[in-house]
Amino acid sequence: MEILQVVGFALVAAVLAVALRREKPEIALLVGLGTGALIFLAFAGKIGAVLTVIEGVAQRAGLNLLYLEVLLKIVGIAYLAEFGAQLCRDAGEGALAVKVEFAAKILILLLALPVILNLLDLLLQLVGIKR
Amino acid sequence: MSQIDLIFKIAGVGILTAVLHTMLKQAGKEDLAHLATWAGVAIVLIWVVKLLGSLFAEVQTVFRLF
Repeated sequence: MEILQVVGFALVAAVLAVALRREKPEIALLVGLGTGALIFLAFAGKIGAVLTVIEGVAQRAGLNLLYLEVLLKIVGIAYLAEFGAQLCRDAGEGALAVKVEFAAKILILLLALPVILNLLDLLLQLVGIKR
Repeated sequence: MSQIDLIFKIAGVGILTAVLHTMLKQAGKEDLAHLATWAGVAIVLIWVVKLLGSLFAEVQTVFRLF
């Protein structure tokens, strides 16, 4: 029942953050940051297990592992960007959060470009425009 | 989850700096009060930056972001 641990942990941290917010908002923000990092670190190993299973399924389906890797990278970038943007928003810096999300979108687009190009090539081949 | 003591440590430093701030302010030492606040923030920031470094390393290995 690890969910009980996570919920208890998050509730304790939330109470501490709320208690600190009035006097020392900067330390309340750091409490939130530390809690988020600890919760992710506790469950990173389980994500790895799920990913190895997904990789095995993709291999069995004969899927190109390159695409899976791109997908994984995109998920990682999106997770990190969301983490940072939410913290910025909590700190009251909504403008910074929007910039972090903007940078993440550009990076994700950059990673997805080869896949999109491959798709377009395939389409062109299908309609017979290009050999 | 076993590292909840880190959160308690951070909150403890926060409460301590808040109390110190009010005490020094009452004593009329405003500059020292601000210095104490900044010292507390720096100490906590060092812990949290270490934690954030391990978080980034973990994300990099899990999602293969190299």
